[in-house]
Amino acid sequence: MKKKFFSTMLFFVIATILFVFTAGAQAFAAPPIKIGALFSVSGPAAFLGEPERNTAQMLVYEINKAGGIKGRKLELVVIDTQGDPAKAVQGANKLIKDDKVAAIIGPSTTGDSMAVIPVVEKAGIPLISCAAGIKITDPVKKWIFKTAQNDALAVARIYEYLNKQKIGNVAILTVSDGFGSSGREQLVAHAKEYGIEIISNETYGPKDTDMTAQLTKIRASGAQAIICWGTNPGPAIVARNVKQLGIKIPLFMSHGVSSKKFIELAGDAAEGIMLPSGRVIVASQMPNTDRQKKALLSYVTSYKNLYKVEGDHFGGHAWDAMMLLKGAIEKAGDKPSAIRDQLEKTTKFAGIGGTFSYTAQDHAGLTKDAFVLVEVKDQNWKLVK
Amino acid sequence: MDNPSQLVQYILTGLSNGAIYALIGFGFAIIHNATGILNFAQGEFVMLGGMFTIFILSFLNIPLPMAIVLAIAFSTLVGILFERLAIRPLKNVKPLSLVIITIGASIFIRGAAMLIWGKDTHALPAFSGNEPLYVYGATIMPQHLWIFGITILIIIANKLFFSYSILGKAMRACAYNAYAASLVGIDVKIMVLLSFVVSAAIGSMAGIIIAPLTMTSYDVGIMLGIKGFCAVIIGGMSSGLGTVLGGLLLGLLESLGAGYISASYKDAFAFIILLLILFIRPEGLFKQKETQRV
Amino acid sequence: MMIKEKRQIFIFLLFALVVLLVPIFLKGSYFLNVLVFIGINTLLAVALNLLLGYAGQISLGQAAFFGLGAYISGILTTRFPVDPWLALVVAAGCASVLAFVIGFPILKLKGHYLAMATLGFGIIVYIIFNETVDWTGGPSGLSGIPNLRLGPFVFDNDRNNYYLVWMMTLGVMLLSINLSQSRIGRALRAINDSEVAARVMGVNARMMKVQIFTVSAFVSAIAGSLYAHTITFISPASFGFNFSVELLTMVIIGGLGSIYGSFLGATILTMLPEFLRVFRDFDIVIYGLMLILITMFMPAGLIGGIEMSIKIIAEKIKGSAENNA
Repeated sequence: MKKKFFSTMLFFVIATILFVFTAGAQAFAAPPIKIGALFSVSGPAAFLGEPERNTAQMLVYEINKAGGIKGRKLELVVIDTQGDPAKAVQGANKLIKDDKVAAIIGPSTTGDSMAVIPVVEKAGIPLISCAAGIKITDPVKKWIFKTAQNDALAVARIYEYLNKQKIGNVAILTVSDGFGSSGREQLVAHAKEYGIEIISNETYGPKDTDMTAQLTKIRASGAQAIICWGTNPGPAIVARNVKQLGIKIPLFMSHGVSSKKFIELAGDAAEGIMLPSGRVIVASQMPNTDRQKKALLSYVTSYKNLYKVEGDHFGGHAWDAMMLLKGAIEKAGDKPSAIRDQLEKTTKFAGIGGTFSYTAQDHAGLTKDAFVLVEVKDQNWKLVK
Repeated sequence: MDNPSQLVQYILTGLSNGAIYALIGFGFAIIHNATGILNFAQGEFVMLGGMFTIFILSFLNIPLPMAIVLAIAFSTLVGILFERLAIRPLKNVKPLSLVIITIGASIFIRGAAMLIWGKDTHALPAFSGNEPLYVYGATIMPQHLWIFGITILIIIANKLFFSYSILGKAMRACAYNAYAASLVGIDVKIMVLLSFVVSAAIGSMAGIIIAPLTMTSYDVGIMLGIKGFCAVIIGGMSSGLGTVLGGLLLGLLESLGAGYISASYKDAFAFIILLLILFIRPEGLFKQKETQRV
Repeated sequence: MMIKEKRQIFIFLLFALVVLLVPIFLKGSYFLNVLVFIGINTLLAVALNLLLGYAGQISLGQAAFFGLGAYISGILTTRFPVDPWLALVVAAGCASVLAFVIGFPILKLKGHYLAMATLGFGIIVYIIFNETVDWTGGPSGLSGIPNLRLGPFVFDNDRNNYYLVWMMTLGVMLLSINLSQSRIGRALRAINDSEVAARVMGVNARMMKVQIFTVSAFVSAIAGSLYAHTITFISPASFGFNFSVELLTMVIIGGLGSIYGSFLGATILTMLPEFLRVFRDFDIVIYGLMLILITMFMPAGLIGGIEMSIKIIAEKIKGSAENNA
């Protein structure tokens, strides 16, 4: 009987909690301009979604504090996609039909972006994706833009440097998730045009804790350089394993680890590693003539002040998306179709990821100077000139 | 081509990873042998060990060995709470309910760790430096020696405990027949609790000594737990040599598979082996066959 | 018995009627889209419930059959000029054959070992989705999967998808309810209670378990195929171990062996992110807690909880009425 009583209580408690949550979710009043955000704040791609959400919320706060856009406040509706296409589609539907947003920023991952594109295209709402996959904007889709640099641009930076160093044979080691497989595709696709031969093509799992087997194989292949494509913590383990095995050839990473966290995790093993990155991690080292410097410094300082951690490359994608939207709404008002047309007219917008110029043929908007090559020196990032 | 040293490296890598799997596998075996429960939350103790150590080091300015002792104590406390709150109150114990409860506990502990410590990955400093040691042209980290050493210590301690101490014998008796054990005056409840204590302590110990190599984060326990489980199944649920052999075999298969066949499918090899063993010799590779009673 | 069956039919008809009428009230609402996913998850939860709730056999690899359905459908319709309906049938057929073949060795195992073997199977299938890039598109996923169509009628909006998915779901629910009251259902329950006793009574337990495993895979693969054709994009992340655990949670929360419970569980878990918008990141902790608490205190799940609460309240009212009299 006691147990029965407890079960009944439990049932009512759960029912009440669910009720309160639903009621709570509906209690928000509707302020003027609504912007939707789809970020993978939890799940395997949280390393993208979390800084992106933080950045977007910070910007909305700042914009509203400065009086909003033409006197109208912004409201950001963030939905966590958990890196799951089904939740992303569900979220996009909610943003469009329930919140009636004027525009959407995100999703964080290429997979989520591809999943919501049909929904957004049909509804006719502008979306600025923060994911890097080329197929998001190639072929061009009417309502879809993106801010994250194509992986091909990062690959080009590394390959150009290899050409300069006269290195022809490379080994690649990529993580077997969305980020790594996109990098792998681009590394393989562009090798020929730079006269580079990939003589060893290895992968590792996102949860792997030891890559010495792959690296031993790479060492035996006679490669002159290793390019590793992944996000923390994998590349830090690769760096340590490379040091453990005494491999002396240059090691390149991707922009997936362009944050202080990587140096912290890899420790001494990070020294001398090079990678293509957005300018954000070397903002203060940029020459004053750099168009982006002002935006970079403002982003870096305000993020650090608010969240006590370094703002990174990925948060920068959300910064760019938000500021591009702000610019478009200032000029064209908050009608979705007007925002879209205005976005397409964006020229030379100096953001965090690069200088954007969208056209009817190009909704990615960046050139390869969006990336710079940086090197780890004395536990810090150093711009390679 | 330096084929011999390449092979030595694969073997060394395999053995060092295998020792990790074995160490994690012990935790499964101890609880299973005392209670018949397969604790799906075992991997979370591994995570807790590493995360507690890092957390303690960053908040208290104390030397590493002390932080380690504290971390093991905290993880063990979690183990005790888990047993007292979620296992002991159960009345009609069906294996199915136990599987689900331990899965629930694993999700809960992982989620709580994420809320408390965040999603970042952390690295623990190595116990004795980062200079690799050379063995026949292959290399190994000093930390691996710690792992081998502690694995050996734990096998010996287990053997002594379960074969010679009264408490150990009592725990074995419970596993064999809890009712009969209670008739001869053994407090079965205490024994079950004790098995959670020992297994949480060993699990967190494993998590701490591997953290300098593998790094640690709130979700590191899933894959390591599953690998430890494979080791213990191959080893036939023993809390001794069988599991060590199982772990080493698994580690070797993975690293040789990654080296000579394909790194992409290395986890798949591990699980295909697991399935084959479950299908063909569910009692493990290194154990005498027993008849099952109903 | 007759009265009970009549009541069952009445409840099902009422449920079906509500399901069919709902879209009229939800015109243009995003909620219709959520209901499409609830329908797909209900299919999956019912499929797992047949195995877990009826026959007492756990599976931690259920997402693999869901994924097989989705990928076989997706690959056939994007890489070959196969009609989506044919792809759906092929997908369900392939998944069933695979389940039948591996069912014999896997279902020989019991309890923890069965859990581990199905988990291992799920991970192997996931790795295959991830690594056979030329076929599946690998971790970046497979896009451009065509919608299902019936003549000029294309299932490309929420309302059409709703009816498509829920027709399928209602059908499977009806069959499952019938199954539970048939001879097979009783035999499965006997296996659940004591396999040895069931064998002694002349139940071919092994074949029975394999058959129900196959049916479960068949339904899951249909759900996968429907998922692929409605969302038009799939990636391996949706078919991993986490989703298998989510399905398990749906069945447990709703109530083992209860078909409406599976619907309730699927609804709660699909909507949970909506409820938790205020408390982001808490869902994983709440899943865990729900699994533990419900297994401990409400073995019959929320549906059981509802029934019991009604009973207790009825007793109280009756009791106080008697006292007053």
